[in-house]
Amino acid sequence: MMTPSQIQDQIVQEFEALNDWDVRYKHIIQLGKNLPDFPDSARLEENLIKGCQSQVWMTAELKEDGRVCFQADSDAMIVRGLVSLLLRLYSGQPPETILATVPEFFERIEMGKHLSMQRSNGLHAMIKQMKFYALAFQMKQRG
Amino acid sequence: MADVLNPSESKAYDLAAIRQDFPVLSRTFYDKPLVYLDNGATTQKPKAVIDRIHRFYSEEYGTVRRGVYALSEGSTEAFAQTRETVKAFLNAAQSSEIVFTKGTTEAINLVAHSYGQPFIQAGDEVIVSAMEHHANIVPWQQVCLAKGATLKVIPMNERGELILEEYEKLLSPKTRVVAVNHVSNALGTINPIRRIIELAHQTGAVVFIDGAQGAPHLNVDVQALDCDFYAFSGHKIYGPTGVGVLYAKQAHLEAMVPYQTGGDMIETVTFEKTTFTQPPYKFEAGTPPIAQVVGLGAAIDYVNEVGLSAIAAHEHRLLKYATEQLNTVPGLSIIGTASMKAGLISFVLEAAHPLDIGTLLDHEAIAIRTGHHCAQPVMKRFNVPATARASFGMYNTFDEIDRLVAGLHKVIDMMG
Repeated sequence: MMTPSQIQDQIVQEFEALNDWDVRYKHIIQLGKNLPDFPDSARLEENLIKGCQSQVWMTAELKEDGRVCFQADSDAMIVRGLVSLLLRLYSGQPPETILATVPEFFERIEMGKHLSMQRSNGLHAMIKQMKFYALAFQMKQRG
Repeated sequence: MADVLNPSESKAYDLAAIRQDFPVLSRTFYDKPLVYLDNGATTQKPKAVIDRIHRFYSEEYGTVRRGVYALSEGSTEAFAQTRETVKAFLNAAQSSEIVFTKGTTEAINLVAHSYGQPFIQAGDEVIVSAMEHHANIVPWQQVCLAKGATLKVIPMNERGELILEEYEKLLSPKTRVVAVNHVSNALGTINPIRRIIELAHQTGAVVFIDGAQGAPHLNVDVQALDCDFYAFSGHKIYGPTGVGVLYAKQAHLEAMVPYQTGGDMIETVTFEKTTFTQPPYKFEAGTPPIAQVVGLGAAIDYVNEVGLSAIAAHEHRLLKYATEQLNTVPGLSIIGTASMKAGLISFVLEAAHPLDIGTLLDHEAIAIRTGHHCAQPVMKRFNVPATARASFGMYNTFDEIDRLVAGLHKVIDMMG
């Protein structure tokens, strides 16, 4: 199992291998297309993340082994691609790791700059939501 | 049209010279020249406005209507001059009918409060339209809630045109206010405000026109329209942010209660009682946005110099060309196909969500708006979560529309 920092290094290497911005965007779009299907039954108002220009749904589940499993989806493909990167980093990690991990790879691949409307594309809101889930699960674990 | 004879407008539309006047238009992003197509959100500023504000702060700045010294008197005069400029721009009967606000949103809140307070009672009705910006819905909704009045909505057809027969059915002696936009920010529809006003007046209602997307693009004559209230924003007409205009008939302003209270809007104050001064000052509590008002004056002077009719004609040509070109893009649907439209096109693509379109076009240095445009009921009506919107200004070119269309082809290609 890779550590979060290894995952981030891997993502950065993956993007650095793509030297042109069009290709990087195409890669994000492809990641979005490859995102596993989100169950229609979970496409509920309560799972919608507020503050996004696109619709973003997210669910989280605390597995018996103490790891958090996230599922998410969006109606915008680039956002699905971003979701895919966040899931790669955070899904399957224990709550304390999720809380301690800053997704600095966005800055390193300069997606933070080029997708500068972080507020509009909901990146910020998605990360916040994942951390909220992690915090809630951590409190549950501690009883 | 009488204004065709205006010599300042009979000359050819010198687009290259106009573009020279807007410094930001020469910028590049991602090594590509900027294509600015978000004029519905806000417009860029010409040198005339930037220089005027710079000169005002550098040489002339002082408080208004308070000081007895030369700087203050000069500022007061420049400030008052803008009121005259706006009066002429809207063809108001007198300059006291021009109230400076922060923008259109504040103007709507002002009227909803200050007219609504004395004139809207329990059981009364307020009519808005199905294509309003949230700013022209929520203040009325709030005043209706507070007063026990009812909000009614004029429906629109599938082209995004208000259905006037339905509007006539909604009007009744209970109607106090009709609030509609001149031009829809989400669809581009130009509404038949003259007829809307005429019908409202037959039942004794007053009409508020949200001119945020109207005044920068179309000639407005509030007297010919017999309009009760008309509002627009400075920053959408090539002027500064933080300043807007509320036109209201003098009799209304006199009958309305103040919106905010404070300095410069009072006659006498004792701890027992305060009497208020005359309009427009009654509605301009506190130190106003002085430099912004002066900048707005420069913006309107600039628009007048280019000629609003010439600007409208240019934007109409852009609209026509863009509509034709966008309709050739596979899977593109234009949302809002009214027969009367201003230079603004909302659209969706089968291949991409509006946010994907906006993000990928940004990388082509093309600035458009994506989202619900603060008009969620409009999105619901057309069953789309959001749209992409290209909105034109006086400086946009046919080449820029070609760049937009090429950009959309690239978006489709990238989405695979």
